[in-house]
Amino acid sequence: MSTLESAAVPRSFLAHGHRLGAWLTTLDHKRIAILYGLGITFFFVLGGAAATLIRLNLITPDGALLSAETYNKAFTFHGVIMVWFFLIPSIPATLGNFLIPLMIGARDVAFPRLNLTSWYLYMTGGLFTVAALLAGGVDTGWTFYVPFSTLFSSSQVLLAVIGVFVSGFSSILTGLNFIVTIHSLRTPGMSWYRLPLFVWAMYAVSLVMVLATPVLAMTLALIGLERGLGVGIFDPALGGDPLLFQHLFWFYSHPAVYIMILPAMGVVSEIIACFARRRVFGYRFMTYSMLAIAVIGFLVWGHHMFVSGQSVYASLVFSLLSFVVAVPSAIKVFNWTATLRKGDITFEAPMLYALGFVGLFMLGGLTGLMLAAPALDIPLHDTYFVIAHFHYVMVGGSVMAYLGGIHFWWPKLTGKRYPESWARFAAILMFFGFNLTFFPQYILGYEGMPRRYHAYLPAFQPLNVLSSGGASILAIAYLLPLGYLLWSLRHGAAAGDNPWGARGLEWQTSSPPPQENFTHPPQVREAYDYEAPPP
Amino acid sequence: MLLPEASSIAPRIDALFWSMTLLCAAVAVAVFVALIVYAVRYRRGSNADRRGRLNQDLAVELTWILVPFALFVAAFIWSLTIFTFAHTPPADARTVYVIARQWMWKVEHPEGQREINTLHVPLGMPVRLAMTSQDVIHSFYVPAFRLKQDVLPGRYTQLWFVPTRLGSFPLLCAQYCGLDHASMGGEIIVMPPAGFARWLAGHAGAGSLAARGAQLFRSHGCSGCHDPKSAIHAPDLTGLYGTTVHLADGRTVVADERYLHDCIVLPAGQLVAGYPPVMPSFSGQLSEEELLALIAYIKSLAAAGPSRGAP
Repeated sequence: MSTLESAAVPRSFLAHGHRLGAWLTTLDHKRIAILYGLGITFFFVLGGAAATLIRLNLITPDGALLSAETYNKAFTFHGVIMVWFFLIPSIPATLGNFLIPLMIGARDVAFPRLNLTSWYLYMTGGLFTVAALLAGGVDTGWTFYVPFSTLFSSSQVLLAVIGVFVSGFSSILTGLNFIVTIHSLRTPGMSWYRLPLFVWAMYAVSLVMVLATPVLAMTLALIGLERGLGVGIFDPALGGDPLLFQHLFWFYSHPAVYIMILPAMGVVSEIIACFARRRVFGYRFMTYSMLAIAVIGFLVWGHHMFVSGQSVYASLVFSLLSFVVAVPSAIKVFNWTATLRKGDITFEAPMLYALGFVGLFMLGGLTGLMLAAPALDIPLHDTYFVIAHFHYVMVGGSVMAYLGGIHFWWPKLTGKRYPESWARFAAILMFFGFNLTFFPQYILGYEGMPRRYHAYLPAFQPLNVLSSGGASILAIAYLLPLGYLLWSLRHGAAAGDNPWGARGLEWQTSSPPPQENFTHPPQVREAYDYEAPPP
Repeated sequence: MLLPEASSIAPRIDALFWSMTLLCAAVAVAVFVALIVYAVRYRRGSNADRRGRLNQDLAVELTWILVPFALFVAAFIWSLTIFTFAHTPPADARTVYVIARQWMWKVEHPEGQREINTLHVPLGMPVRLAMTSQDVIHSFYVPAFRLKQDVLPGRYTQLWFVPTRLGSFPLLCAQYCGLDHASMGGEIIVMPPAGFARWLAGHAGAGSLAARGAQLFRSHGCSGCHDPKSAIHAPDLTGLYGTTVHLADGRTVVADERYLHDCIVLPAGQLVAGYPPVMPSFSGQLSEEELLALIAYIKSLAAAGPSRGAP
């Protein structure tokens, strides 16, 4: 290895040791971000393979490709992997880890060793879950509903539950690390209301991770106790209550939806401000709305239980609160739109992803309003309408934002430019492929196709074929970035320190940044100070 | 529209569904138009007027907080009226029992007829389903009725409807329940009242559900204690159904199907004030069908005796 060092260009963090051992013992937040990036890409491919099997099977009404048993295991694996091993860590653990210290002008996160520990916990949890697959798979659905999961399933429930349990601690520790980092390591001059909205989003999401994830750990432990030792918690035959499980599960899993979407909102705010060349409209309201989502998001879990047998009064209260939590999301969509007004807009790939996010997230959110009305949830619950709704939010929303963020900060992370026209093509293809896959599912749901069906009524076939066709376009659109981003590592043009002319502190250091992040203290100004020339 | 509206609640739910769909579509179109217009007008290099750029505006923010909120509250209230209607079965509804198990629906009519994966109902008359599960959670879903209710082990949930169309409508299980979840289906057959009466007569089984319950009441020894002439101090069950019961732990409960079910399988948790805890649990000795027959018998006693206990 030869490194050309000069006083002007500091050695990049990528040049500090190339051996595997150096990577596996690194305490550098930027390298840990890359470790996470490799992990979640691996799990995204696994979860995507399961999704491919699901969509292939649903091309014919009799589900000819897979047996019912294999199909049930495929959608369970898809859900478990995509929720806990892709979506939840995706933006926080990769972009969050890489960017928070850079954006606040710090050298690293507050607890670098804890940060590395988090990655090991995440990978250990992931390996347990993959082991559950190799040992025969799990057939409970990602929701692990009792008493099916505790008494009736003969699949590898315990292994999968242990995997999710362990990875949960990775979330908790990451959240803790971010909260302390944002409170205590901001560079002088970086006051709270000068923070980029991405950091605010990371702060809000960290609060949710720290407060909600322990409840998941507890719930999964109780499944283990009932399944393994026969302790009666949820099983009515043992004096337990199956609805108690649903309350505990959704107490975590609804806030978990906000763990997936808040970071996406942060990423999109950065991108839209940069490519509209202006300050985000209503900055303060954007921060308040993120905190409001984080707090109110804890009070709406019962909207998953409108037809479960929950009391009518509880359902009505949860319904009202679910309408209330939609208000801050609406504020954000309107503010992003207003940010474009009187801007100086260009349409590089990150901006295309961000605009796609706004549209798809809005459609997901609006259909969420319909599901928040218990009268509509009666027919729509557990149908493909719900599947379409949350895929619009999580795939159309979170995944689009994640990829937008990866493209936006790719030059900073690697020092290389990705091929712009390929990237634009992929973003547009993804938008169309996504809509073709998931919009038909809204109609299927209204017409009465339940979720988790290995075979279905022949009348539903045309829309299912359309959806599977869209999914194949979507698959190509996801494979493209994997290809050209890897290509750019070797062949991409040098990026320069600030290729987008962006204003965050991360753009004031070299690309890729040196191990200590900044060789000179960064110059702190108002966030999104696009009216002034770059520092 | 592909999906028929075959119950009295279906048009009400559809009215809300299409109103909200329209509203959401209007919002979505407005935002998409704004995004596209701004993106084109303010693209780099355009000569649009960019003076007077606003970075924040309290009035604008408050407008797009309060207007959506008001619309949400309106939707909430509309949905509330339908949802409470859906949970208020009329008193004269015909009660039919449904027992779900992996992977079939079993139906017990009050007159004693039994069906599997089909449910015959009369047109235009309210039907109330009292449902329980023998194993995992299932969900009784009839898309054409726009109705769905989870069916749980260890408790009764209910669902009611007035069928408004003749014909056969698919019944599906909506809650994932294991291997053959997708094939746990059946049909609801809506018949004219006269035809339904003929169907009932043609499928009469071994006596009504309550009569089977009466047999079980004797054969399992319930009558030994609960008969009014018994020497053992046990609550009299005549006229019990539907009344308010005071429990030994201070709670008051309504003696509905769920209460009677729990009294039989978990008597220690439902002790009536003033009575000794002498009743053994019948958990595991009676199937869900037998429990339903016993409950139907106890309900039939309500009509016979004077009501009591209700404040």
